[in-house]
Amino acid sequence: MNCQHVGTLKVLSKLNQDKSDAVIALAGNPNTGKSTVFNGLTGLKQHTGNWPGKTVVLAKGNYRYRNKIITLVDLPGTYSLLANSADEQVARDFICFGNPEATIVVVDATCLERNLNLVLQVIEITPRAILCVNLIDEAKRKGIVIDFPKLEALLGIPVVPTAARDKVGLAALKESLHQVVFEHKQLQPLSIRYQERIEVAVATIQREIEPFLRGKINSRWVALRLLDGDTTLITEILNYISGTGPDSWEQGSNELKAVKCYE
Amino acid sequence: MSNEENCFQGIVAQAQTAGAEVGPVRDQLVLDLYRQTQEIARQVVKRQGKKEDFDHKIDDFVTSKYFGYPLMLTLLSLILWLTVSGANYPSQLLSNLLFGFGSHLTAFCQWLKAPDWLHGILVLGLYRCMAWVISVMLPPMAIFFPLFTFLEELGYLPRVAFNLDRGFKRAGAHGKQVLTMCMGFGCNAAGVTACRIIESPRERLIATLTNNFVPCNGRFPTLIAMAAIFLSALVGTANNLLTTGLVVGVVVFGILVTLLISRLLSQTLLKGVPSTFTLELPPYRWPKMGTLLIRSVLDRTLFVLVRAVVVAAPAGMIIWILANVYIGEVSIIGHLGGFLQGFGYLLGLDGYIILAFLLGLPANEIVIPILIMSYLSEGVMVEPSSIEDLHRLLVANGWTWLTALNMMLFSLLHFPCATTLLTIRKETQSLKWTVLAALIPTGVAILVCFLVAQLARACGLV
Amino acid sequence: MGYAEITLTALPIGQQARVVNVGMQGLTRNRLLDLGLVPSSLVKAVRKSPGGDPVAYKVRGAIIALRSEESRLITVWPLD
Repeated sequence: MNCQHVGTLKVLSKLNQDKSDAVIALAGNPNTGKSTVFNGLTGLKQHTGNWPGKTVVLAKGNYRYRNKIITLVDLPGTYSLLANSADEQVARDFICFGNPEATIVVVDATCLERNLNLVLQVIEITPRAILCVNLIDEAKRKGIVIDFPKLEALLGIPVVPTAARDKVGLAALKESLHQVVFEHKQLQPLSIRYQERIEVAVATIQREIEPFLRGKINSRWVALRLLDGDTTLITEILNYISGTGPDSWEQGSNELKAVKCYE
Repeated sequence: MSNEENCFQGIVAQAQTAGAEVGPVRDQLVLDLYRQTQEIARQVVKRQGKKEDFDHKIDDFVTSKYFGYPLMLTLLSLILWLTVSGANYPSQLLSNLLFGFGSHLTAFCQWLKAPDWLHGILVLGLYRCMAWVISVMLPPMAIFFPLFTFLEELGYLPRVAFNLDRGFKRAGAHGKQVLTMCMGFGCNAAGVTACRIIESPRERLIATLTNNFVPCNGRFPTLIAMAAIFLSALVGTANNLLTTGLVVGVVVFGILVTLLISRLLSQTLLKGVPSTFTLELPPYRWPKMGTLLIRSVLDRTLFVLVRAVVVAAPAGMIIWILANVYIGEVSIIGHLGGFLQGFGYLLGLDGYIILAFLLGLPANEIVIPILIMSYLSEGVMVEPSSIEDLHRLLVANGWTWLTALNMMLFSLLHFPCATTLLTIRKETQSLKWTVLAALIPTGVAILVCFLVAQLARACGLV
Repeated sequence: MGYAEITLTALPIGQQARVVNVGMQGLTRNRLLDLGLVPSSLVKAVRKSPGGDPVAYKVRGAIIALRSEESRLITVWPLD
């Protein structure tokens, strides 16, 4: 059922060959206008590449801002990063192992509560996140008012309201991203707390796992996933921290894997 | 390393034990996450008035028990009617323009004293085939697609999937298959790629194998032309309304065949129970009309033009050669057509039509141009530049209403084009399924055409 | 309270309820959890498709359609 997405790094290593000052991931729920944001930022210069291992089309595009070339990677739209589907796994792997300099999470202003679920999951993995609250024009039409400064204060990451279809807020988004990536603006994202018995168990696992991760991945997040019994992650982590490089990721032909999915 | 790996695995096992002790971890995590999002949303989101009920009202109508299905049919008919009636004039204009320019090219060749064969290959073959594809295909598609994209961007398509899901559930298929079929209207290769949205491999394969029963960009204009010819042959007149009705009927028939074949597949080759079905009905969004118009018209124009150059142009050259190189008294195409004649007759078609479909494997757009060239190679008819001309040419070659009807059915049901087959190969990573994706529709097409032809002949209708 | 637990399938259109239990396992369950169908969430039956199945529910601000195969495994506590 659940196809493994090996070869993530193959795409990544290709990304690194491009002349670019920063790689930024673009995450978000389906139907949030994420692609509109992508097109708006990159000026329709996107080039759609197939993610090895099907199921997902991965779009990549560039833009220049203040003399820096930014590469934007449009991840598949997902509701969460808990790897319940191939798409979610791809998105998670990219944010976690792809080392993007920052991750922009695009959310639908008309459906903020539900979309925030993904935002919390992203800031659990990486502190370098920016929230793009899109479709503010639709929200206005529907009589929804959002207190953006308060949202920013609560989440601890930059929040940029946009109406990407009309190119509203995209300049602010670029500037905000620039500050996070190149001016090393310090972010203090909200720390997500769980029930006591989970926190106790996580703390134990986190202590033990810490030395293995060599500071490469957020240990609390890994501890949470292990406690959750997420088996899809284990091999990926092993490969990632062993640092044998991209080659180890490409072992096993994608074609074989894909056939397995079908037969 | 392996030592470290063992250690790591030890921690993993330990974590799993801890997880089991804590209880349903995932539930708790998700619950806690949602509790926090709820709290944040409570603090920052304020609602003024009750404007959000508007979507609700639209959906009450769009998915209603009484209006749901009729509305879908009405919208489909409306789009097709606008396409049929709107395309006539620009088609004629493009045709006059392009074929007019063709005569200049001929004159130019004569002035250059170019050899006949060169003029034949380049102007009569390559250029005319391209001209046909552009004038017949471009206008309908440049009208159809903006309308379709409008519905797509509005958020109507998920509602169609919602309405039709029950049928697909009964067929053992996934409701999202409807969305992949909608994409198939544009291009079956795109429809096949869209099948990725279906998570379950079994249901994704069903959707992949049946996507072809939705007429694509390259077949719609053929269906429209054939519908007009069918009607004028049967009732003597073909107005836009009747033509639209017939094309709608053909599309609906394609949907029924999709359901039937999906059902057969899930009872035989792709046995299994339907997987989970969750479908989000997103809020309606009024599309940006300017961007929509420009992008969809440009996209389609580019699509048709590229196909015309890449596929129709070389095909035109090859067909002209086949039609003008003689073996004995008959051209190569004549031999091939003659060879297929018996089989074609059984299906209510003729040998040239079967040949045109076979040679049209690279792209459905070129089926009609190939057919025209084959017929032209036999006699001294003038190049048809309108549907009426085409009708005269076809009747002169023994066409009846049955031929036109079965041509529509065969076009709707036959094997996917080469691009689609390659996409299926890429998506399924399996030669077996790719071959079946060609064989199943072809089998259905042969069966349906055969039955219709035999029935019509047995009843003495033809 | 005057109500007893019922399956989500039995929830009348227009009525709201609180999720008590999501009675399936594995990926299917996790996907529903992702959509916000967690025990204690509010859910409202919004509309039936013309054929009566699937049914669309409002969950955390989004409209999600479920087939009866899924909804009958979810138990809810109807609210007034």
